[in-house]
Amino acid sequence: MTLRNRPIPRGVSIVGAGMSKFGAFPEKASRDLFIEAYKDLVNSVDKGFDPEDIEIIYVGNFSNDLFEGQSHIAPIMADSIGLVPRPAVRIEDACASSGVALRQGIIAIASGMYDIVLIGGVEKMNNLPTSKVTDTLATGGDILYEIPAGFTFPGFYAAMATAYMHRYGATPEDLMNVAIKNHENGALNPKAQFNVTIPDWMEKRKASAKRKGKPVPTWETTWDFLHDDHANPMIAYPLRLFDCSPITDGATAVLLVADEIANQFTDSPIHIIGSGQASDMPMHDREDLTTIGAARYASHAAYQMAGVTPQDIRIAEVHDCFTIAEIIASEDIGFFDPGTGYSKAAEGVTARIGDKPINTSGGLKAKGHPVGASGLGQTVEIWKQMRGEAGKRQVPGDIPLALTHNVGATGQTCVVHIYERRS
Amino acid sequence: MNEKIQRPFTASSFNQFLQEQKLMGTRCEKCNALFIPPRAICAKCRSDQMTWVEFSGKGKLAAFTSVNIGLTFMNAQGFDRKNPYQTGIVELEEGVMISARLLGFNPQDPASIKIGAPMHVEFLEIGEGEEKRMQLAFRVD
Repeated sequence: MTLRNRPIPRGVSIVGAGMSKFGAFPEKASRDLFIEAYKDLVNSVDKGFDPEDIEIIYVGNFSNDLFEGQSHIAPIMADSIGLVPRPAVRIEDACASSGVALRQGIIAIASGMYDIVLIGGVEKMNNLPTSKVTDTLATGGDILYEIPAGFTFPGFYAAMATAYMHRYGATPEDLMNVAIKNHENGALNPKAQFNVTIPDWMEKRKASAKRKGKPVPTWETTWDFLHDDHANPMIAYPLRLFDCSPITDGATAVLLVADEIANQFTDSPIHIIGSGQASDMPMHDREDLTTIGAARYASHAAYQMAGVTPQDIRIAEVHDCFTIAEIIASEDIGFFDPGTGYSKAAEGVTARIGDKPINTSGGLKAKGHPVGASGLGQTVEIWKQMRGEAGKRQVPGDIPLALTHNVGATGQTCVVHIYERRS
Repeated sequence: MNEKIQRPFTASSFNQFLQEQKLMGTRCEKCNALFIPPRAICAKCRSDQMTWVEFSGKGKLAAFTSVNIGLTFMNAQGFDRKNPYQTGIVELEEGVMISARLLGFNPQDPASIKIGAPMHVEFLEIGEGEEKRMQLAFRVD
């Protein structure tokens, strides 16, 4: 089928975007992270704004109920920045929560109900030990039929990886190229959880062993390090630690306004011209395990709405919760043909200086993956890149069009947005 | 033909059948589409005229993984980082797929597991005492 898709009836612009530092912060609660993201957003609005004018707030969050033991967090986030009694709405679509929150904000403005909308995303994951985080993330799968089989989240994507490798001949090393690239980008992003390349990480480990008087590992190349079962242990075959995004605390925030008032906030707004969202069955009910159907539907819908093609898109932030996920995403958004994404990654096409840069922020892999904040984190990167404010990781040349691809769980939700900068 | 089985089309019924060592799904009486796990409403034609059918339990491996960092309830069965369990998706000979534990593979050599390997159902007894129950698994032939 084709999803019904009208043009956006009223233009929507981003006029500010911010994020907290991503990482592990035992001393910060979810609201503290959100305040940090909001303050970063406030500083990003060129002409400033009066928070009094915000009319409604949508907050993406996956599982604060289990992570922090606190549900009903939308009004808490609103209150933390002084926005009560405005309506505050929590959106939960697993890892796509804040991408979907953004879409709800677009719909709110496009409908004419509101003109100025705050979108947030937040996840505080590091309060729990890793085993409980594993169990909590698994609740995003089907607890009746998938979880009883023992699937973890790395396990789901590992199964997709085995299907993909079997069909197309990709290897675990092909997948790992994505991690190497995303760490190179993350090393240039001061907000990233892992602000370091994998070769530098390896050297730090060696130096640390030497300093402590322990035997110094004999790794000579990055691949020696990545093939070492101690340095890079298997999580779920064929995915090792460095194939997986980390456990992250973080928050994100974006200010959306109607196009006709955007110039009150900035002379350089970023317009959202396409939005697509789709749902899917659990993995075992899908016809093809080497692609994410919802991502294809959502991409198609977003491209149709925007009236552009994948060839027109200069950069993308995609949902690389695992290395295989970025390869599949690069095909699902139409950048590459099915089965060719892994070789394009190996050739450097998706590198920051390649023809189709993907995840210049470091992606979920290196920037970090605070689940409910990640989708909007992609938007923050696009905002910076399109306005030429991405510092050392700035993509060279103009970026007239960009795309974000945010997946919920195994792909039972996907939401895709297309952004335009008008000169 | 057997008398029509009168049980609700729920996970509870599916699990009850597993305890009876039967792999049961549903068939749409309107369009004949097969579903396992069972569905109460046909995903193809949306009819709610469904009937229980037993599956042969034979199939082939469609996707797999070997989990080193496992779920708490699996770790409680003795699995850990050094003793991973295998799980995956099996395509049944009736043409539909299901998620299940995988048995009979070398846990220390997951790279030797082959997609397309022939598999057959095994009702795996797990838990102790009142917690004892059958879990759906497939063993390589």
